[in-house]
Amino acid sequence: MADLTSHEAQASSHEAHAAVHEAHAETLDLREQFNTAEQQKDASTLGMWLFLITEIMFFGGMFACYTVYRRTFPEVFAVASSSLNAVLGAINTGVLLLSSFTMVMAVRAGQLGQRNMIILLLILTLFFGGVFLGVKAIEWKEKFDEHHIPGQAAFHLEGLPPDQQGHAQLFFSLYFAMTGLHALHMVIGVGILSFLIWQAKKGTYSATYFTPVDVAGLYWHFVDVIWIFLFPLLYLIDRHLGK
Amino acid sequence: MTGHIDSIKTYLAVLLALLSLTGLTTWVAYQPLGAFSVVAALGIATVKMLLVSLFFMHLRHSNQLTKLVVLGGLMWLGILLVLTLSDFATRGWTGVPGK
Amino acid sequence: MITAAVHEREHYLNASYGIKSWLLTKDHKRIALLYLATITLFFFLGGSFATLIRIELLTPTGGLVSSETYNKLFTMHGVAMIFFFLIPSIPATLGNFFLPIMIGARDLAFPKLNLLSWYLLVIGGLFSLFAMLAGGVDTGWTFYTPYSTTYSNSYVIATALGIFIAGFSSILTGLNFIVTVHRMRAPGMTWFRLPLFVWANYATSLIQVLGTPVIAVTILLLFCERVFHIGIFDPALGGDPVLFQHLFWFYSHPAVYIMVLPAMGVISELISVYSRKPVFGYKFIAFSSVAIAVLGFLVWGHHLFVSGQSLYAGLVFSFLSYFVAIPSSIKVFNWTATLYKGSISYATPMLYAFGFIGLFTIGGLTGLFVAALGIDVHVTDTYFVVAHFHYIMVGGTIMAYLGGMHYYWPKMTGRMYPEAWAKLSALVIFLGFNLTFFPQFLLGYLGMPRRYHVYPDEFQVLHVLSTAGASVLAVGYLMPMIYFVWSLRFGQMAPANPWGATGLEWKTASPPPVHNFDEAPIVTHEAYDYSTVIPEVIEVG
Repeated sequence: MADLTSHEAQASSHEAHAAVHEAHAETLDLREQFNTAEQQKDASTLGMWLFLITEIMFFGGMFACYTVYRRTFPEVFAVASSSLNAVLGAINTGVLLLSSFTMVMAVRAGQLGQRNMIILLLILTLFFGGVFLGVKAIEWKEKFDEHHIPGQAAFHLEGLPPDQQGHAQLFFSLYFAMTGLHALHMVIGVGILSFLIWQAKKGTYSATYFTPVDVAGLYWHFVDVIWIFLFPLLYLIDRHLGK
Repeated sequence: MTGHIDSIKTYLAVLLALLSLTGLTTWVAYQPLGAFSVVAALGIATVKMLLVSLFFMHLRHSNQLTKLVVLGGLMWLGILLVLTLSDFATRGWTGVPGK
Repeated sequence: MITAAVHEREHYLNASYGIKSWLLTKDHKRIALLYLATITLFFFLGGSFATLIRIELLTPTGGLVSSETYNKLFTMHGVAMIFFFLIPSIPATLGNFFLPIMIGARDLAFPKLNLLSWYLLVIGGLFSLFAMLAGGVDTGWTFYTPYSTTYSNSYVIATALGIFIAGFSSILTGLNFIVTVHRMRAPGMTWFRLPLFVWANYATSLIQVLGTPVIAVTILLLFCERVFHIGIFDPALGGDPVLFQHLFWFYSHPAVYIMVLPAMGVISELISVYSRKPVFGYKFIAFSSVAIAVLGFLVWGHHLFVSGQSLYAGLVFSFLSYFVAIPSSIKVFNWTATLYKGSISYATPMLYAFGFIGLFTIGGLTGLFVAALGIDVHVTDTYFVVAHFHYIMVGGTIMAYLGGMHYYWPKMTGRMYPEAWAKLSALVIFLGFNLTFFPQFLLGYLGMPRRYHVYPDEFQVLHVLSTAGASVLAVGYLMPMIYFVWSLRFGQMAPANPWGATGLEWKTASPPPVHNFDEAPIVTHEAYDYSTVIPEVIEVG
């Protein structure tokens, strides 16, 4: 009936009992609510993964809007999409993938306890993230100059009749909403990376405790995955049709 | 504790694959594939997502619960998309205005 | 000779003093009380709007308020009650307090995140409160476009922002609970030894985590459309307002299960302890909680039957809506079977449990009525629907919440509430509730639309009955407010286990020590094993 033999129960009780008292002396890798450092690491990682699926649903709402409207206005979406610079978008995608590479390398450095490598790789990740955001800013400025900002009276997409301008605005609304939300997540990621670099410089991380780098890495990679889908869905709609 | 420390070579290989697939998806977009174009785009994106999640996010070394969580999240996105589309895709099927 | 001062045992309430020890606490028990205070304030706010609504509806031609103001009243009643009272209610108070103790843990997995969740609720609440005081919002709690995005002149953005922020409170609490249940159970506490209250909160947390982000992004899009004129739902651009409704209800239907599942968890505990019997069909109840959480995500289109959704989608959603009733019925049957040959006690919490079972059954069955496409065409947007959901939310959830508050009051405060007054208020609430809401079924069926304050003369009698009931209900709700506070000073001291209940929470002192247990527990018994429990002296019912 009982899950543990009485001997095991006594042994666990002693360990857990000791853990109750040990836990009062709180350290970074073993906070007082946890019994072992491994339990804490597992909990933190699970927590981050759960957060990421809330992010899947968060972005998912916008993907749902995109799916509905692309189905309804396929030709308009194709024309609107072709007004985006696919090469620039592809290069930016590459930049973000590179940043994911440096991020996972930073986590690896954490696993190996290589303090200087952690700092270097996090800085590189931050750099590539910054490049991505810079290119994004340039792209958005371009849209502004071309009068492709939705909600503005001056909105006009070349190659479409007046009665389809509204539909084109739908595309650009989604473009700005989705890339904007993505960029916001990048900015938050940049903030997190800065914090990590500061902490790494203080020597906070070691081979036994690098969980913040690990879970920040998960977040960063997730933001990358969102872009992996945004790129083809926004930039590469029916490009074979030409402009 | 993920005792698995992947090699630099593994990560480099994944990076290379990801960059190649990015080039591929850009090239494929300009090919005349008709309706298959979107299938190709989403298919390549899915492969890239799998590479990032399995290797960069260490999902292949993760425990069952984590994998279940990820699967659940993706399924739920699926529910949102499929059931919403069940409305828009069937509009006008009855021939009655507004239904 | 001075009599020796009684040395009070240290527990979570007296271990530290001062406002900082509360506002910067990491203790889940204190955070639960912070939530209790907050949601009670919002309950009164929502209740005030309800009072004004019911007074206005006493006469067929209105007169107390203008139509525009009336729109604001029902909107703000809904917003306050749903987002700032019902959604947090049981999980954030009883769940926060008891989930860690029930599984044998010292706290939740992420205590600081828990505190952040409370702050987010408060901040979100302040935004919405500001909107209400500055002039109100009139879109209905459902914020349908294009009225909310384009035409309304009220404080849509502030209210929506408040809900957005409060949504993250909900998400983080759900996340915290899921990780805690998976990773922090005491040795021997297997999944099938967990109290059913834990299963219920776990299932609720799944909904919070999977559903709330969608309403968050929907509000974000509404915000963009209203502020930046980025028209996603604007028909003038080819946008579809029904798309807004799909996104809105994708969350808001599962949200009603966020509101009712924890209540069902409380009922499982109450039925068991006051029958002195293990819950009948433990695994069925546990799995039915998860089933409700999952199936609840597949039915949202039943809110769009007459909105312009395609007929085929309507058929699919109607069909699926019948399925979600099955796990709920399983619970009701199992609770009833638990009573059979049980040793029934009529303590106040049990009275609330009985009330729940009866009223939730009525609410749930009327849900099946509206799930039928044909009937819904007739009763949608009438008082029939209003009665349906109030039977579940008020007759169900609030009764379970009060039952749980009475049941757990001794544990949380170390004091017993006065039983006679408590029984009386339970009765007053039950009578007041039925007088308020049963006439509304009739009103709705006869054609009284919801959200209208001017109506044909022949409906007045039923409206008067409903308002009379509301006054009685209000008295019923005030009574516990008074005697709970009274009990803090004058209530009988409570022992560790006044009810003779099973569960780890009854093995620790009342109130519990800061770290919940003096010694880390090892679990060797199944759930609801009454052979191990000897009730202490308190005799009730």
